Amino acid sequence: MSDARAHYLNAGHSMRSWLLTKDHKRIALLYLASVTALFFVGGSAAVMFRLQLLTPHGHLVLPETYNKLFTLHGIVMVFFFLVPAVPTVLGNFLIPLMIGAKDLAFPRINLLSWYLFIAGAALALGATLYGGVDTGWTFYTPYSSVFSNTYVVATVMGIFVAGFSSILTGLNFIVTIHKMRAPGLRWFRLPLFVWAIYATSFMFVLATPVLAMALLLVGLERVLHLGIFNPALGGDPLLFQHFFWFYSHPAVYIMVLPAMGVISELIPCFSRRRLFGYEFVVMATFGIAFLGFLVWGHHMFVSGQSAFAGLVFSFLSFVVAVPSAIKVFNWTATLYKGRIRFHTPMLYALGFIGLFTIGGLTGLFLATLGVDVHVHDTYFVIAHFHYIMVGGSVMAYLGGIHYWWPKISGKMYPDALGRWAAVLIFVGFNLTFFPQFIVGYLGMPRRFYMYPPEFQVYNVFSTAGASILALGYLLPLGYLLWSFWYGPDAGDNPWGASGLEWKTSSPPPVRNFETKPVVDEEPYDYEGGRYG
Amino acid sequence: MKGDGMAESTRAFAEQFDDPLQQKEAAQAGMWVFLVTEVLFFGALLTAYTVYRHLYPAAFREASRRTDLALGSINTAVLLTSSFTMALCVHAAKTGRRAALVALLALTMALGAGFLAIKGVEWAREIHEHLLPGPSFEFPSAYPGEAGRQAQLFFVLYFVMTGVHALHLVIGIVLLGVLAFFAALGRYRSDYYTPVEVAGLYWHFVDIVWIFLYPLLYLVGGPR
Ligand SMILES: [Cu+2]
Repeated sequence: MSDARAHYLNAGHSMRSWLLTKDHKRIALLYLASVTALFFVGGSAAVMFRLQLLTPHGHLVLPETYNKLFTLHGIVMVFFFLVPAVPTVLGNFLIPLMIGAKDLAFPRINLLSWYLFIAGAALALGATLYGGVDTGWTFYTPYSSVFSNTYVVATVMGIFVAGFSSILTGLNFIVTIHKMRAPGLRWFRLPLFVWAIYATSFMFVLATPVLAMALLLVGLERVLHLGIFNPALGGDPLLFQHFFWFYSHPAVYIMVLPAMGVISELIPCFSRRRLFGYEFVVMATFGIAFLGFLVWGHHMFVSGQSAFAGLVFSFLSFVVAVPSAIKVFNWTATLYKGRIRFHTPMLYALGFIGLFTIGGLTGLFLATLGVDVHVHDTYFVIAHFHYIMVGGSVMAYLGGIHYWWPKISGKMYPDALGRWAAVLIFVGFNLTFFPQFIVGYLGMPRRFYMYPPEFQVYNVFSTAGASILALGYLLPLGYLLWSFWYGPDAGDNPWGASGLEWKTSSPPPVRNFETKPVVDEEPYDYEGGRYG
Repeated sequence: MKGDGMAESTRAFAEQFDDPLQQKEAAQAGMWVFLVTEVLFFGALLTAYTVYRHLYPAAFREASRRTDLALGSINTAVLLTSSFTMALCVHAAKTGRRAALVALLALTMALGAGFLAIKGVEWAREIHEHLLPGPSFEFPSAYPGEAGRQAQLFFVLYFVMTGVHALHLVIGIVLLGVLAFFAALGRYRSDYYTPVEVAGLYWHFVDIVWIFLYPLLYLVGGPR
């Protein structure tokens, strides 16, 4: 940091200046460090059970350990990586910049959110160190509340605490987007990333408290031996499943909507075209957010809920695919006749479109009642949601990190290496998860530490793919960190991108803009001649 | 009540905002969004209540008759009165009457504490009567067998709902205490009293929750 210009990174170098910062950009970096660490924790668990599954009767870990490994993987990846990643890292960094504000509305609450997140993660991981949890990330009762001999209470309390982090983050974004937009930045001039974070924030605020209460009740039932969800004491275990999925289906969209927001920024920039059908994408975002609350029962087709409920949930699950498909069409139409530049972020964006489409279409198989009965609880389901969550959310997250890295760090990474890593991740991902569609369709159930020998070939492919994927994830960790200190200066707008965040310097000054910006253009005005 | 006459040397609003109005609107919007979260938080409990009451109507009626209707009704009145005094707090703040504001905040806190005290008496009596769910739970019932377990579910929900509500009230009282402290120091003026207003929203919300809990827990048993 030899340059004389003051910016948020060189405004104080002490530990204290980071841990007590109220600057949304520094808090974003605190989140970046935390979720990256947690991603690799969750990833290591996956590496271990993929090695176990290399052979039909793997002897790497004990059966109980295997259960704890997939539980750890699920809990860490869902609650401590996928749900927070895009909103807390990119959202925190970009929302004030994109709307021309000096910070979020409540900077202290923003910092508090990070501490709550860390406290929750510490509780959940602490429970793992003490011996782990074996319930799966879904905590189904009465196994979780009565029978499991593992550290359920500490883990659910960790998720409970982290839930408040989500809620407060969502609250902060909603208020900020409502009240702090720059002059001229009308609602329908907002970047789609802002719209996506706005819709996601509502899902945080509406869905998270239900999960919090459900987990609180599980904890009470377990500690005090009450009968809230335990059928032996008059409780209804299905009620827990309803509560759980009332959060956890919308949580899928909490993971995917922000990712779609990222893609909606990348595609126009690297196609040099205005996003096709901006208003439709906005409407689709809210369509997904709304319908996402009405389809939770598709996780319970074989649970014993009524056949009529199953039918309704099945129908609605088909309906929710429509707004997602609209978005895919809009992105594709933006590419059409665009001047496409294949920089690293764009490769992730194109990968996202392909993988998300596969994930979405296989979701329709699962939304079909009869098919679901056949493939329920098999690797088909695993493959489906990994295409959405890893092929979708993680790809978009990495694309976003690569796209805004020059803004965040002020430095450029080696683009050629970045492209190689993106290709490696794409190949590794497909090699890992595509065989799981097949082996799941053939009947291999999820969550077992062994399997019949005829499934081995698919599992060998999966494990081989997972090792390529792991390498693909380690590469960006290496070159991004390298570039942070040693990379060449990126300049304020290396991609020639529209959007207010590119109109300030890189890295931005503490208060984001030297002068209050005024917006006088429509979003993604790439064809208006302003951006070359 | 006139102000302390000293010129305000510090800014009247936080630096991320452009002006005091923006800050005020942000604070109010923030509290409303928070209350939306709270609705869903209690909503999960109300859903659980609805499901089990639908499953076990007779046991829930019978169990509900074991709650203390008289104390519950008195408490409802206490809490409604506190909402009234809370509204007066906001008015006093708006009109810049510092002493009245402090007194009314203290009165509201006292009413909240009174509610908690009465609730505590109820809980103590219910625990004494073996109505606390768990190993000591006893429920002599006209319906043999399952009814005891089903009544226990009612009391699980009763204790969780009233407990979570009481926790919200404790937080509210602490909040008002902080406000009273700063009000006594003269921090709030007729042109700046957002914290009082926002705390008022929270207080009224906690009251409204009770307005839902009262009939569900005390009145569903019908005439006793
Ligand atoms: Cu779902």
